[in-house]
Amino acid sequence: MTNYRIGIDVGGTHTDAVILDELYNVISEVKSPTSEDVSSGIYQAMREVVKSSDVPVDKIQYAMLGTTHCTNAIVERKRLNKVAVIRIGAPATLAIKPLVGVPDDLKDILGKHMYIVRGGHEFDGREIVQLDEEHIYEIANEIKGHVDSVAITSVFSPVSNSHETKVAEIIGKVLGNDVALSLSSEIGSVGLLERENATILNAAIVDVARLTADGFVQALKKEGIHAKVFFGQNDGTLMSVEYTVKYPILTIACGPTNSLRGASYLTDKSDALVVDVGGTTTDVGVLISSFPRQSSLAVDIGGVRTNFRMPDIASIGLGGGTIVRINEQGDFEIGPDSVGHQLPKKGLIFGGDTLTTTDVAVALGKAELGNRELVSHLNLELLERIYDKMVELVEETIDKMKTSGDPVPVILVGGGSILFPTQLKGASEVIKPNSFGVANAIGSAISQVSGQVERIFSIDEFGREKTLELAKGMARQEAINAGADPDELQIVDLEDIPLAYLPGNATKIRVKAAGALA
Amino acid sequence: MRLIGKEEIENIAIGAALLGTGGGGDPYIGKLMALQAIEEYGPIKLLNINEVPDDALIVPSAMMGAPTVMVEKVPNGEEAVEAFNSIKEYLGKEVFATMPIEAGGVNSLLPLALAARLGLPVIDADGMGRAFPELQMVTFFLNGVSATPMVLSDEKGNNLLLNTINSVWAERIARTATIEMGGSVMLAIYPMDGKTIKASSISNILTLEEEIGRSIREAKRHNEDPIQEVLKLTKGHILFQGKVTDINRKTQEGFAKGTASIEGTHEFKENECFLHFQNEHLLAETKDKVLCMTPDLITVLDSDTGMPITTEGLKYGARCVIIGMPCDPMWRTPKGLEVTGPRYFGYDIDFTPIETLCGKESE
Repeated sequence: MTNYRIGIDVGGTHTDAVILDELYNVISEVKSPTSEDVSSGIYQAMREVVKSSDVPVDKIQYAMLGTTHCTNAIVERKRLNKVAVIRIGAPATLAIKPLVGVPDDLKDILGKHMYIVRGGHEFDGREIVQLDEEHIYEIANEIKGHVDSVAITSVFSPVSNSHETKVAEIIGKVLGNDVALSLSSEIGSVGLLERENATILNAAIVDVARLTADGFVQALKKEGIHAKVFFGQNDGTLMSVEYTVKYPILTIACGPTNSLRGASYLTDKSDALVVDVGGTTTDVGVLISSFPRQSSLAVDIGGVRTNFRMPDIASIGLGGGTIVRINEQGDFEIGPDSVGHQLPKKGLIFGGDTLTTTDVAVALGKAELGNRELVSHLNLELLERIYDKMVELVEETIDKMKTSGDPVPVILVGGGSILFPTQLKGASEVIKPNSFGVANAIGSAISQVSGQVERIFSIDEFGREKTLELAKGMARQEAINAGADPDELQIVDLEDIPLAYLPGNATKIRVKAAGALA
Repeated sequence: MRLIGKEEIENIAIGAALLGTGGGGDPYIGKLMALQAIEEYGPIKLLNINEVPDDALIVPSAMMGAPTVMVEKVPNGEEAVEAFNSIKEYLGKEVFATMPIEAGGVNSLLPLALAARLGLPVIDADGMGRAFPELQMVTFFLNGVSATPMVLSDEKGNNLLLNTINSVWAERIARTATIEMGGSVMLAIYPMDGKTIKASSISNILTLEEEIGRSIREAKRHNEDPIQEVLKLTKGHILFQGKVTDINRKTQEGFAKGTASIEGTHEFKENECFLHFQNEHLLAETKDKVLCMTPDLITVLDSDTGMPITTEGLKYGARCVIIGMPCDPMWRTPKGLEVTGPRYFGYDIDFTPIETLCGKESE
């Protein structure tokens, strides 16, 4: 019996939706404008794609959503939780308080209840000092009724998270189960301030994630769809609704990740550069073994420096709706502003009054769209120069993302990719797959589920090889429990950090296994 | 005397990254510590070296240990206060002021945070004029000043006063103690009187850092080229401009060593530059010519923003301008070159000043 899945991905300009069958054939695809509140645009795209597919709604088993709700809430400083910030680290760390360096408007919202308590660990797993549990009880009683979300960060918790879990236990006991707890050891890596920031942001968007999830489930039900709902996370795998509400920050930047994953699936390429040309920006990312390369640097979200895992994406202000300005001397400027989803109204080829990059490509015969007559009055020599510059901007970004001078395959996706030629400098080949316009929604729909294990193992007991196998087995089991097909599981992330000066050659191992839904 | 506030700290942090010549540790933590200290204790007094009495006791300050530990276990802020109390007690004399021993990276900002807290002034001088990886690579050492008595302090309240027979022993004992104390400690080191400071330190270095930072930030704001201004301030020269095409890294004896290859653009088209580094950039050369070498300063700047790129931050595809700047004359003496010249770092060449290499000696 055939079953179907919906994949939806929210972009800056468009919200894209697809319906795939169980063999991942594209049954229908739609592009719909992204609405200001994001949600209504999602619901509209969902209704349209269901309608145009003629698929019986009771056969839609899964619905995958990649959304920008959480990013927007942080950037707009709206709909944020009432957060308490607890850092475990005194007497260390007092020289820099939480949220120092964070923009003032955000600090005013998130910094109302900040505490630094005694505790934390050294780099080698020793305690700096004993955890001050009494102080935690005091804090818990003080914040009770005033906050609905708590961010907990302990010094060197990536090495030992025991103080964080103890604090979570006490807070949970005093404040009850309705309060959301975010633990830094589950969110970021070494680098206290950046990890703490990421944890605070996570705590701040718990409600946004919950409302988004509830709204989506309700909207599906209204259409008679009782699918299992998943959210896309930024490593290209799926999270259940329960997990999303706990770790909403992991949804940030899932959009570019979905494009990369979709491009990989559509072209059957596992290692390539992906150029996603949207309406406003072009994002360039790197596929390694079918997954996005992760950024190794601190990442800014809404002006906040964080260090949790993010795809390594170079973004430039050049898309299909980007405005081109020409002055009297014959000089020109490309963007960075865009007419966005109003391109079909404002672009010259559609009878509008704004010269865009799409008009330039159509006038030169590089793309076929709208009415070319409407741009025939433009100076071809000047247009050629503008077009060359557009291509050069993309080629330069491609080059910056490469790790060596060798040419690599380049996959062009996104609605705006019709602008660009099939030959690019630095590319061994340029591939434009079918359904390139909705690669991101396809990436969302085909996402895999994952299981992760992160704990300290004593290597001396079994040796390194065997211990790693043991950890991999545990991650695989987690993934299977989350609904993955056991036959298609792959280890997609593996990291081991030896902990010095601990008996038994203690090593922290993190393994992630991912595979298709069974 | 003038006051250093938050705006000045932002500028000094950028200048510190530039004079860090690719190493010296990320000034970010030091900057945040200084900003918070100013918020709590008010602006910092910066003294010109001529304002220091000859008999005043000056105690430079710094951090020691792994920068990766410091970014996780951020200091308490009080540990250096403890270190200063110990040294005051031991020497039986009030401390007049503190100062950085290193102009590059994190260590140029820590003394500012400490000074705000202690209410002490900071002297506008340091002992390197750039960043170097080892304790004895300071101009004080060239002038026979001892690193000890020095004090190591941790956030738990532990204090270790060291009195060693020479700097090699100071380094050896301090490194071991640092691990036990948690991997990153604050130091009070190279105590000196005002007269010695005047003879053996590099002056006006914080002001220079501040001016570098200000000109880069202002150029950015006005969409202008920041690099010319930086060259004017540092008497520097453009060595090369191009795109990083390859980086070969290895970790050896605790140092991040490597070579970056840069393919020329603009006036350097058809040419290739090789940049050798060990924590800091130490030698820049093309196939047929050496462009600049340690102890002169080599810094890589992002061509678009003019911001300094660290050796860890160098990656394929980066568009950059490499600049060379003359070091302090003290480093060009035979003793200075013995400690920090190309041969000390294993490059089999004689030191030639950048002015000579660029053929611009008259400038």
